[in-house]
Amino acid sequence: MTIDSPALQAILLTIELAGLTTVLLLILATPLAWWLAHTESRWRTVLGAVVALPLVLPPTVLGFYLLVALGPHGPLGQLTQAMGLGLLTFTFSGLLLGSLIYSLPFAVQPLQHAFEAIGTRPMEVAATLRARPLNAFLTVALPMARPGFITAAILTFAHTVGEFGVVLMIGGNIPGKTRVISTQIYGHVEAMEYAQAHWLAGGMVVFSFVVLTGLGLLNRRHRRVLM
Amino acid sequence: MNSRFIVRKVIVQIAFACSVAIQANAAEVNVAVAANFAAPMQQIAAAFTQDTGHAVVLSFAATGSLYAQIVNGAPYQMLLSADRKTPARLEEEGLGLGGTRFTYAVGKLALWSKQPGLVDQEGEVLRTGHFEKIALANPALAPYGAAAVETLTNLELLEQLQPKFVQGESIAQAFQFVATGNAPLGFVALSQIYENGQLTEGSAWIVPASLHAPIKQDAVILANGKDNPAATSFAAFLQSETAIRIICSFGYVCQQQ
Repeated sequence: MTIDSPALQAILLTIELAGLTTVLLLILATPLAWWLAHTESRWRTVLGAVVALPLVLPPTVLGFYLLVALGPHGPLGQLTQAMGLGLLTFTFSGLLLGSLIYSLPFAVQPLQHAFEAIGTRPMEVAATLRARPLNAFLTVALPMARPGFITAAILTFAHTVGEFGVVLMIGGNIPGKTRVISTQIYGHVEAMEYAQAHWLAGGMVVFSFVVLTGLGLLNRRHRRVLM
Repeated sequence: MNSRFIVRKVIVQIAFACSVAIQANAAEVNVAVAANFAAPMQQIAAAFTQDTGHAVVLSFAATGSLYAQIVNGAPYQMLLSADRKTPARLEEEGLGLGGTRFTYAVGKLALWSKQPGLVDQEGEVLRTGHFEKIALANPALAPYGAAAVETLTNLELLEQLQPKFVQGESIAQAFQFVATGNAPLGFVALSQIYENGQLTEGSAWIVPASLHAPIKQDAVILANGKDNPAATSFAAFLQSETAIRIICSFGYVCQQQ
């Protein structure tokens, strides 16, 4: 039993989806996490809750609302059609959008905690040394928050790899476009092809274990470095 | 505070145990049902309970999921499958009772759009229509999906339309894709868009039975239901005139009575 080409295609697509999601989310989540870590605004709690929503909502809820919202009668669907992009459902871009929402808390929360742990003091010191805010952020805060970025990147990547409900709802199971590992496994189980399902599912277990162990080791090393 | 909480918890548990005991006295059958049969099943179960006093507990899912659950010890006494293959396989594996299999419904395939007038009575839209996507159930998983592919093959349209396929993991999802407008049209089960003998919404072409093998749906009593009077009685009820009338009204092939 070797890994067949549809499986390989699904694996590559999953890596592409998770990789792109991770890069985009780190870019989007950094200012958001910074704001959440430092603002005194009363909207902080509300926005924090919105960011955390994908943690508690069943993925099918997200998937269902995305299907409706991205559809021809939904607000996002009308927007993408007006922009000449057509409908995003059943496309890789649609999955990417879904993944950005689905994995948002996994990027924002580690970064927010990292920024909170740094506190305001290093930035104030940098300011007294006449560093401009953006400059201070790039040269002081970012390097200090490195463990947070590593955690955020790994969790976002791994969580997107494990995404299922959203993809199932808005994907349409198109090989090379929207058929990822998790939906491929589901298909094998449904079709009673348990041998193929075992290969992919077992691979996912090993992958997840390796990721989490690696994350633990990294965190331990960083703690030692910081102390 | 703490002890009061514990007392309350114990009372709740006793109440729960009592309710379970009461239910155990009346015969009850747990039926696993293929998702496409959900709507008629609820009516049939209600009629059955009214007639016999036996309770029916229904679990709906895709047939493949139900099979995996049954193989792994799910407490169902009966399976209403979306195909013939799964009950036969369960019987072979000793998980279905020999000689209890029967066809309870024959499905009809329909090409459906939410848009009135988009799908014509002859299905010509498949040849002439300018649509970007067509939804169907995954043919490897769902009998309605396989029937859709067979129909397109017979119409010699499969190659042309395959790049436009968006596949649901079940017929329920294929329906969802069309119902939300994400796919302009798609192959669904007639039972999903049919009630009281008419189309509920949009436009549809009922695919002639000559274009695909009949979508026979079989039921089987499971090993779990061996000495369960409600299971035997429900199997008989499914073949009664009352049940057949309900099944027919939901857009399945109307069987001779």
